[in-house]
Amino acid sequence: MVASEGEGEAVVASDGEGEAVVASDGEGEAVVASDGDGEAVVASDGDGEAVVGGEEVLASAEYSLSRLRERVGVRAGALLAVLAICILAPLLNLSVPQGSVFHMSDYTVALIAKIMCYAICALAMDLIWGYTGILSLGHGVFFALGGYAMGMYLMRQIGRDGNYRSDLPDFMVFLDWKKLPWHWAVSDSFVATLLLIVLVPGLLAFVFGYFAFRSRIKGVYFSIITQAMTFATMLLFFRNETGFGGNNGFTDFKRILGIAIAKPSTRMTLFVITGLTLIGFFLFARWLVASKFGRVLQAIRDAESRVMFTGYDPLRYKLTIWVISAVMCGLAGALYVPQVGIINPSEMSPAASIEIAIWTAVGGRASLIGPIVGAFFVNGAKSWFTQAFPEFWLYFLGALFIAVTLFLPQGIIGLLRRSTKKEERA
Amino acid sequence: MTPELMEAGSLRREAMEARKAGPGSSGGREASYGRVVHEGVVDVEHGAILYLDDITVSFDGFKALNALSLSISAGELRCIIGPNGAGKTTMMDVITGKTRPDAGKAFFGSTIDLLRMRENQIASIGIGRKFQKPTVFEQLSVFENLELALKDDRGVKSSMFFRLNGEQLDRIGAMLQLIHLKGSAQRTAGLLSHGQKQWLEIGMLLMQDPKLLLLDEPVAGMTDEETERTAELFLSLEGNHSLVVVEHDMKFIHELTRDNSAKKVTVLHEGRVLAEGSLADVQGNDKVVEVYLGR
Repeated sequence: MVASEGEGEAVVASDGEGEAVVASDGEGEAVVASDGDGEAVVASDGDGEAVVGGEEVLASAEYSLSRLRERVGVRAGALLAVLAICILAPLLNLSVPQGSVFHMSDYTVALIAKIMCYAICALAMDLIWGYTGILSLGHGVFFALGGYAMGMYLMRQIGRDGNYRSDLPDFMVFLDWKKLPWHWAVSDSFVATLLLIVLVPGLLAFVFGYFAFRSRIKGVYFSIITQAMTFATMLLFFRNETGFGGNNGFTDFKRILGIAIAKPSTRMTLFVITGLTLIGFFLFARWLVASKFGRVLQAIRDAESRVMFTGYDPLRYKLTIWVISAVMCGLAGALYVPQVGIINPSEMSPAASIEIAIWTAVGGRASLIGPIVGAFFVNGAKSWFTQAFPEFWLYFLGALFIAVTLFLPQGIIGLLRRSTKKEERA
Repeated sequence: MTPELMEAGSLRREAMEARKAGPGSSGGREASYGRVVHEGVVDVEHGAILYLDDITVSFDGFKALNALSLSISAGELRCIIGPNGAGKTTMMDVITGKTRPDAGKAFFGSTIDLLRMRENQIASIGIGRKFQKPTVFEQLSVFENLELALKDDRGVKSSMFFRLNGEQLDRIGAMLQLIHLKGSAQRTAGLLSHGQKQWLEIGMLLMQDPKLLLLDEPVAGMTDEETERTAELFLSLEGNHSLVVVEHDMKFIHELTRDNSAKKVTVLHEGRVLAEGSLADVQGNDKVVEVYLGR
């Protein structure tokens, strides 16, 4: 609603959730501002001079309306995505008969579910890299730790159905172990597993981040030590005596919560949970980024010393977003393992972590939808490429990264935004 | 009894009577001891808001500050000049916690030891700093820059659930007006001109409501008109705030000391105070002429 009265000065305000109201106070001094939530707010201090002329007010009304449109768009988009994941996908996969063109194959379901897990990682990477300017090349370790926590539970769910018909997981029988190692103590409990999925990556991130950020390690040095961290953890997990199945990792899962894991309905349930988690994290990240907290993060990216001399403690802010990002990756890993059916130390290889950064960069940093688009684009291309030209995939990935760095610093999303802007002008 | 002694006695008696007539049993004097130290509250009872004593900073044997002692009174506007490498920026680094000195003391008021605090704590107790190169949050809008600087809880949780209230909005509005950026509130700060960025940074400092402002070459890159306006702004802050202005631009120093020719100017050279006094005194000082003015 836009209206103006009095002597032509309009004051723009917005109340609450998405409704823009425009009013005028006639003679007061009006200042148009935004509180960063997409709402434009106006203050008046009532001593005569109008700070904002009519045109500027209209411009800012337009500004607030465009932010409003974006907000409504995001909500509608999120709702559509929820509907697609919760209703459309199950319908196409389970109810539409196999022969029909509309049937969604199990392969597609598995592929999309896998990519959605990757998209959560890319989103987590965007929070720490795109918004806070801290490039982590070790996010794979958090993903894998979440996956291993879930994998331990799934291994215990196999029960006596393994090759050796033993109570212990097969690899332990193979190693001639007589009882479960101490760190498998709670692996029978699903609730404890859920806790571990959050706590293990979160705790590692907290300890690592605390020391790194307190020592003010920044930029490329930080990236390098995150690589070292994931590499060291990978070597640790490769060893048989660590008790995580060595280089084979965990596989051959049979059940989750006592339900057969290979059943189409179980797969679809996991698919829906993954999709809802992705959407939930997307909305959470949006809320986070739109808050003052998110603006402090961006301020840290732009001028950390100014943030410090403004009285904020960057350590706390960096540590908070670093731990949030790690926990998101851990959850993604936990969702990934039952659907892909395997977890092994290669998920912690430096290359796996670098790939997460590539998805984010290709999709577009510092835009929340970008990393999700990037994860789908790169992994979609990967699954096609590795079938059509298996030996050239890595070359293509490298070329893609170079091309994006050189020509699309804002990623795919930046390209789309630029072209829509051009259209609007034309 | 000599007449001198009698006269002294009568004077003393007179003074005593006068004290008794004054308010309170202490005869109008403030109690000078037994005051309670409030944590985080700056105590300027003794007049000084900043007190540096024998500060020494050396980098690989080079003494950037060499037993520097300096004190700034509450409400004072102090100009500090000095040739390149005199230690002006290092001095600010020490005060704001960026650099730890090898020796010396730095106190804010008479109770707060600055050397025990980190940068963000020092900023929170009321010392604001403007950098030599204007440093603003380039990707955020002018409004958001000011909003972040707004004096408020700096915690993580409170910033997640932060919402501007009307009073804070008015403050930001008034600040936009003061720094002449009212029309650019929604512009990205990175797009501002150099001079505008300087103003924005000054505005961000003022939003923090600091008691002491450290301004490192605040008018570098400003037009003459902007420089003049900056001088006016600083003069208007004098009294309520204490200001330390480091500047090369002598015209600007003239501008700042014009209202009171006795206003103190400090000259730094090789990490210590070379001269202190009114601008005219300092400019007439032989040593200063030799090292700085180069005549």
